[in-house]
Parts: sequence; structure tokens; C-alpha cells
Amino acid sequence: MSIKTHLEILPGSLRIVLGAGFVALALFPFVATDFYAQMVARMMILGIFAMSVDLLLGVTGLVSLGHAAYFGIAGYALAFLSPQDGPVNLWWSLPAAVGASALAALVIGFFVVRTKGIYFIMVTMAFAQMVYYLFFDNKALGGSDGIYINFKPDAVAFDLGNKLAFYYFTLAMLLAVYVFLRRLLFSPFGRVLAGIRVNEHRMRALGYGTFGYKLAAFTLAGALAGLAGYLGAAQTGFVNPELMGFHMSAHAIMMVILGGMGNFAGAIVGAFTFEWLLHFFQDLPQIGSFNAGKHWQLWIGLFIVLVVTFASRGLLGVAARLVTRKDSAQGSAE
Amino acid sequence: MDFPTFLIQLLNSVQYGLLLFMLAAGLTLIFGIMGVVNLAHGSFYMLGAYLAWWLAGLSGSFTVAVIGGAVLSIAFGLVLERVLFRHFYDRDHLDQVLLTFGLIYIFEETRSIMWGDDVHGVTVPDVLSASIPLTDTMSYPVYRLFMSAVCIALALGLYFLISKTRLGMKIRAGAFNRDMAEALGVNIKLIHAVVFAIGVTLAMVAGMIASPVSSVYPNMGSQVLIMCFVVVVIGGIGSVRGALIAALLVGFVDTFGKVLAPNIAGMLVYMLMAAVLLFKPEGLFRQ
Repeated sequence: MSIKTHLEILPGSLRIVLGAGFVALALFPFVATDFYAQMVARMMILGIFAMSVDLLLGVTGLVSLGHAAYFGIAGYALAFLSPQDGPVNLWWSLPAAVGASALAALVIGFFVVRTKGIYFIMVTMAFAQMVYYLFFDNKALGGSDGIYINFKPDAVAFDLGNKLAFYYFTLAMLLAVYVFLRRLLFSPFGRVLAGIRVNEHRMRALGYGTFGYKLAAFTLAGALAGLAGYLGAAQTGFVNPELMGFHMSAHAIMMVILGGMGNFAGAIVGAFTFEWLLHFFQDLPQIGSFNAGKHWQLWIGLFIVLVVTFASRGLLGVAARLVTRKDSAQGSAE
Repeated sequence: MDFPTFLIQLLNSVQYGLLLFMLAAGLTLIFGIMGVVNLAHGSFYMLGAYLAWWLAGLSGSFTVAVIGGAVLSIAFGLVLERVLFRHFYDRDHLDQVLLTFGLIYIFEETRSIMWGDDVHGVTVPDVLSASIPLTDTMSYPVYRLFMSAVCIALALGLYFLISKTRLGMKIRAGAFNRDMAEALGVNIKLIHAVVFAIGVTLAMVAGMIASPVSSVYPNMGSQVLIMCFVVVVIGGIGSVRGALIAALLVGFVDTFGKVLAPNIAGMLVYMLMAAVLLFKPEGLFRQ
């Protein structure tokens, strides 16, 4: 993984496209039906989740195959904190849920961060599965059926039960997380994380305690995944162990790869694209006796295999290549 | 716990551990020699079980199904290696993870399209369907002993192949220093194909012989895959001996955990893994 493929500093043209995309998101509820606005809200939630994965994957170079656990834990925290007969206050339940995910990531991170490469992949996956079984096996924690959240969290100043309010709250969170992570990326802390990705031995030799930095990144990524999980559970009004399954974790990695890693904008683009593809494949029509939509996993599987085999640098990578090619063509003409 | 119960649980734990070993051995060999992470390893187990059920239905004989299925597994492994995996040996682990994750979806849906989503039982041949009485009320099925015997036979075969034959010598040379082995005239591509096919076949045969006990159902590969990961992490990746010891350990902890502490049984194995990681981050028998 070289630095160039990471595209940390986005070219001006891409920035304009991203800005236009943000404006489009802000205007979207005015032109779209309720169904599509809900779908885009879901995409934005997954965008936050994908950015949290990107902090580990694209910036620090850690391939976590168990990140869905922290997404799910915050969702469950919201379910437990919500009373049966009324909403829970957003302003303390959100920090509490995010804190629960961060704590879980801190404890699990303590064990997994000391491993490297392939071990890290397998161990993160195994610990996520442990959390999965904890909830799956215990009736007190909802068991295999999961838990319903009857009321959306109460934000006092505005009503999250209102779909428009929920949409804009999610959009604000998406933007806040993006701006925060972009600033973090170029802060001294972010530079150390990028240094760990490029050459951990050298960072150690320079005197950085890489264990602490990696654990901090793992915990922060867990907390941000928790934010996404909280919003996701609030939107669907339902949590079950599937939220924490390794399919969810692998989807998040795929989103980051699809968009292009290490710059957070790619993670958002990837999340939107991947989620749209899932809908597209699930809505495929019946062809003769073959129900193409029911077998959507086949198409997404084939898609993943094709992307990994032929375009493992992602959509933003492809876009940037086109842009730079044009630039260099102009340069040579002058 | 009285003695007959203890004996039954002990036999069960050994049988489960040996089954896990067959799966984990393939996983650890494929990683150790080719450097490939294979998430689709559990899918091979699932495909093996469905293949056994399907062939047993066609031929009317479980024995024919297992033998025919094993031959098909070898062919399947060779083709898969040639078409896909060969091109991923030198790629990032991340690419391998995503490739094999995509394959899980493809294999599950292929299974769904070919054989449907129902749960099926597989009948044991008459010779093996008996039970050995232990007390007036308790007995132990012969088939489970047979399973353990098959696993032990295959484990011994694998040991013999790797440490006593010329092919095994080349495999070890390839794992130790690929370029040097190639320079000395070892056909490393062929070795890789053979090792991959062995791994696939072990996993599929494990699914076949487990099918009468576990029955055959969709997604049966996922749980087994994660257990294999735990085994490989505890045993140390690339080490077949480590995989054997870790598999027996995991089988023991899991089986007795379910009897003695059912509430936390699902988590015990992971706690064992956490404990190992704390003291030996690279597993017990890292090579």
C-alpha cells in the first residue's frame, strides 16, 4: 500500500464534486419521496460507519473484520436505555451508547492490537463473533429475536420521530464526523497513524509507542461505529444480533474499498454505492422460473470478486486517475 | 458428573476436536504455504455436506457418496486454484479477505439454486448405525467413533505425506523458501495446486462425514469457519501440529463448557483464545 493510492489530499475537482454532493443531500428531501429519503438516511448512517472503518483500514492499515460489533453494541445500548412506554433523551443516551461501544473497543482492542496482519483479521472477527453469541444466546439480552425500540429518542429541541428532522440530524452527524476525521488525519495524531500504516518499525524506532496509538485509533473507530449504530437502531426501531455479524463487517470494508481508502470521502461514496447496489440486486426481476432478486447475494458476491480482481483501488482512485491523466496530458501539451 | 456421562462427553469432545482439526489443518496449510487467508473455507465444509447428501440420494449409498464426493472435491480444489486463488498468492491480505468473502456469497447462493434452502438428514450405513451400550440407559453411537477414526487416519496420512514423502519434502521446501526451492527445480506451481486441493478436500470430506451427525443446512459453514480461526490463532498459523493440539483443546473446552456452564459456553472458547493471545500473541506453536 503506497501513499499515492491513498489520495489523502483530494484534488480540487473532486472537492467541488463532493461539495455539490453535499448540497444535493441537503436538498434531496424536497424532491424525493419519503421512501427514498429514508433510504438515503440509511446510506448516510452507513457512510459514518464506513468512515470509522476507514480510520482503521485506510489510515492506520489495520484490517478489522469485526467492526460491526461496535455498530451493534451502541444499537443495543439504545434498546436497553429506551423505556417501554416512552422515548429516552437523546442528549445523554447518545453519549452513553457511544461510550459503551468505545469501552468494548478499548477492552477488545487491548487484546487484538498486539497482533499483526493475518492474526489481526482473524482475531477481530473471532471477538466480534463472541459478542454476537453473547447476545444471541442470552434471552435477557434479546436472544436471536432481538429487541424492538418503540420510541425514537427524544431530542427535546426537535422531534426525531419526524422523518425530515431525523434526515437532517443524520446529515449533520455525517458532516461533523467527516470534518472531524479530516482534521484528525492531518493532526499530529493522524500523522502518527499514517506513519504506522507505512512503516510501523520506523515509527517505533522514532520513539512512538505504537501500541497506544493503535489502541486509541481502535477505540475511536469503535466509538464512531457506535454513533452510526445508534442512529441505525433509532431509524429502524429494532436491533438483532445480525447487526454484529461478520457479513456486516465485511460489507463495511467493501464500502471503503469501493470508494477508495484513506481519505474518508471515499468511504462515504463507497457506502452510498454499495447500499444502492444491494437495493438494485434485491429488486432484480423474476426471469422465467429464476428469481434473480431472491438470489441477490450471488450478484453481490460476483460483484465483489470482480472489483477485487480488477479494480482494487476504488471509485475515487479511478476518478483521480482520470483527473490526473487529463492534467498530465495538458501539461505535456504546453 | 458420573463416569459414563464423563466418558461420553470426553469422546464427543475428541470427535469434535478431530473434526475441527481436519478443517483447521487445511486452513493453516493454505496460509502457511501460499500465504492466503481463506474465509471461504467454511463454505467448502458446507458444500461437502450438501454433496454427500445429494450423492447419497442419487446413488443410494453413503459410502459411494463420500468416495465420489472426495474425488469431486479434489477436482473442485484444483480448478478453483487454477482459475482464482493462484492470482491472489502475492496480493494483499485485504484483497484475499474480500475475494473469499465474495466467494462465500457465491457458494451459498449456488447451493441455494442447486439444492434449495431446506434442512436435510443423511442416513448412516447399516454397519455403522449401531450403538455401544455403556450403562442401562446410556450408549454411544458407533458412527461417532467411526468419524474419529477417519479423522485420525487422515491426520496420520497428512503427517506421513508431509514429513516422509518426497512430495512432502518439496512442500516443506516451498514453505521455507519458495524462490530457492524453485531455483532447485521444484515445480512450485504444481506444489501450490496440490496443497490447495488437499486443503479443500479435507474441509469437504469433513463436511461429508459430519453430515449424518450435524444434518445438512444453509450457512452451516459460518460457525465452523470462526471456530477454525480460533483454532488456528491458538495453535499458531502455519503449524499443523499446533492446529491438532489447539483443535483438541477447543473441542474439550466447548463440549465440557456446554455441560458445566451452559450460560457462558458460547464465549468460553473465545476467552481461551484471549488468554493465549495475552501470553503468546503468535499462538502456541508458531513456526
